Amino acid sequence: MAVINKTSAIKSSTKHLLGIQNLSIQEAKRILDEAKTFIKLNRSKSKKLDLLRGKTQINLFFEPSTRTQSSFDLAGKRLGADVMTMNMSNSALKKGETLIDTAMTLNAMHPDLIVIRHQDSGAPNLLSQKVNCSVINAGDGRREHPTQALLDALTIINRKGKIEGLKIAICGDILHSRVARSNIYLMNMLGAEVNVVAPKTLMPKSIDRLGVKSFTDMKKGLDSCDIVMMLRLQNERMQGSFLPSKREYYEYFGLSPDKLKFASKDALIMHPGPMNRGVEIDTKLADDINVSLVKEQVELGVAVRMACLKLYCK
Amino acid sequence: MKEKILINARIIDPSQQMDEVGSLVIDNDGKVKEIGKDIKKSNYSKSTEVYDLQNNILIPGIVDMKAFVGEPGFEYKENFRTLSQAALAGGVTSIVTTPNTNPIIDNVSMVDFIIRRGRDKATVNLYPCASLTKQMEGKLMTEFGLLSARGIIGFSDVLRTVQNTETMARIMDYASDLGVLIMQHVEDYELSKNGCINEGEISMRLGLQGISHIAEKIIIERDLSLLSEFPCRYHINQISSEQSLNVIKKEKENGKEFSVGVSINNLSLNENDIGDFKTFLKLSPPLRLENDRLSLVEGIKNNLIDVIVSDHMPEDVEGKRLPFAQAATGAIGIETLLPLALELYHNESLPLNRIIETLTINPSRILKINKGTLKKGSDADICVFDLNAPWVVKADKLKSKSKNTAIEDRKLQGKILMTFLNGKLEFNA
Repeated sequence: MAVINKTSAIKSSTKHLLGIQNLSIQEAKRILDEAKTFIKLNRSKSKKLDLLRGKTQINLFFEPSTRTQSSFDLAGKRLGADVMTMNMSNSALKKGETLIDTAMTLNAMHPDLIVIRHQDSGAPNLLSQKVNCSVINAGDGRREHPTQALLDALTIINRKGKIEGLKIAICGDILHSRVARSNIYLMNMLGAEVNVVAPKTLMPKSIDRLGVKSFTDMKKGLDSCDIVMMLRLQNERMQGSFLPSKREYYEYFGLSPDKLKFASKDALIMHPGPMNRGVEIDTKLADDINVSLVKEQVELGVAVRMACLKLYCK
Repeated sequence: MKEKILINARIIDPSQQMDEVGSLVIDNDGKVKEIGKDIKKSNYSKSTEVYDLQNNILIPGIVDMKAFVGEPGFEYKENFRTLSQAALAGGVTSIVTTPNTNPIIDNVSMVDFIIRRGRDKATVNLYPCASLTKQMEGKLMTEFGLLSARGIIGFSDVLRTVQNTETMARIMDYASDLGVLIMQHVEDYELSKNGCINEGEISMRLGLQGISHIAEKIIIERDLSLLSEFPCRYHINQISSEQSLNVIKKEKENGKEFSVGVSINNLSLNENDIGDFKTFLKLSPPLRLENDRLSLVEGIKNNLIDVIVSDHMPEDVEGKRLPFAQAATGAIGIETLLPLALELYHNESLPLNRIIETLTINPSRILKINKGTLKKGSDADICVFDLNAPWVVKADKLKSKSKNTAIEDRKLQGKILMTFLNGKLEFNA
């Protein structure tokens, strides 16, 4: 079993993990350092710890999710917590119960952690005002997905040794993406240079205010980048409302071996999943273990979530 | 009623370009008998009640062109009684009420109900609006003629806009013949779909769907273009952006006749005030940039914007304690309308007379009602306020039934002392 340092929880003023925007650089580094210690554990034969024994973790998922939900589920269990996952897309909310009422109900059961995914931006913030336990945001609307950004950072550090000084391109539907926002904040904070690439209709008009360079020409946006992060393009955006067609999107914004050549020679590819093969990314590239970090992202996601659960649990 | 004399008042009445220290006499019928600096107290008998205003300011009672009264259907948010109390505490004596009740005021029998109920329960002058289209669906116009005959002051779909250009053209054509007032909310739905707040940095950071200023501008341009063909009495309820103001400037300079309103919220707040998802600041039209706010203030100064409204929209806790996108739109504001507007005087943005004008005589002229003035013979609807008294806004102290103020804890300067309605002292702080 790996050696786990006894470390105190994150200071009380930051009881909740609502977004990277609310995080200090020390807190972000602290989570990443903590997560590193769990990578080895997760690869060993005996993966179970008792750090959170006796603690109750509720996963509250208002939006369907496969990898984030299972990742949080597993992370809690490996730390010894009692984990309950509630799939809310077909639950009380449909009977007219508000988020606040649901929160009050669950709060009465004395959980120590609530992990929430919600389709509305700001829902975790609202929840955090009404419950006594820590709230961890597992994705809200198009606002933030902090653990995704943290796991992306850990994956990069694991391969490249550091983030400071790297050039990172984030490509795709920036407008609707919480993953893009959280990554922009975190990568900027950790000292990377960030380019964003998107068609004009999928780029927020005030994107420059976030301290990034924006491009509509992918080749220019990828120029000498060390990391290329691709985002998922949702189907409903492709049928004429934001873009003329899948075919045209792939031509100009899909990651192909041709376009990857413009990035740095040892550039690595990331994707938060699930992928639309042949739309935003060439299927062979996605599976090329020499350049694609997609599987590693999923693996390290569990470690990052274990770190968050440990540090934010009271 | 006993005769009253209000002495030692600084009287500001823009309807007669008056700003002087003097007195005002209210006759037995609650009308203004005399006004100005030349009145001598000694001319009046001992039975006349005397109010010494100690050099505080006396203005015509405020005319608020846009407020929601919950009756019928939303009595839990507001009713005639609570709205009246809030209004009087804010120096407001005349209110144009919006028709977005349940059921919607779009037929004659509803008008009869609302007028009867208002007469019984309200202690302010009420001027009900009817909806512009049946069920506010933007398709079929309501009975402008019959409804006006029953006492409807104007026609508005409140927070909804007639999207179909042909329908709007016909409404304006028909209205131009009858001389009725059309009050338009200006918003293109396709451009504002799912929008919560201004489109910009804040909407990007909060992850909320933004509403571009184009959504407002394009309807203003459309309607003003139609107005050239169908010159009716046309009023834009509220504008929120510099771009809208530029269109209005161009059209007014070309001599086109129409009127424009703005909410006190858009004059006093900007999108940064939304902070960490404060749903009480979810408004329609949305709060925009500081630059837009400054333009709107300039618009008032340059006579491009005619009236300031409270856009009083009571919402209960249930409607507001929700994720931002699901939360109800609107804030209460009738009680704080004047004090918040006075902020623009204290920070030297606007002259005091201009502020009073936009709250009194201007709305009265647009509505064609004999209010907002203290000329001899008019109804003695009066607001008396201390220009400098400081106070802090606390929701639980406000009289409205709902507590969704957008300016909780704001430090204001200027306090209402007395409100007279038809010569009767209805509010005394």
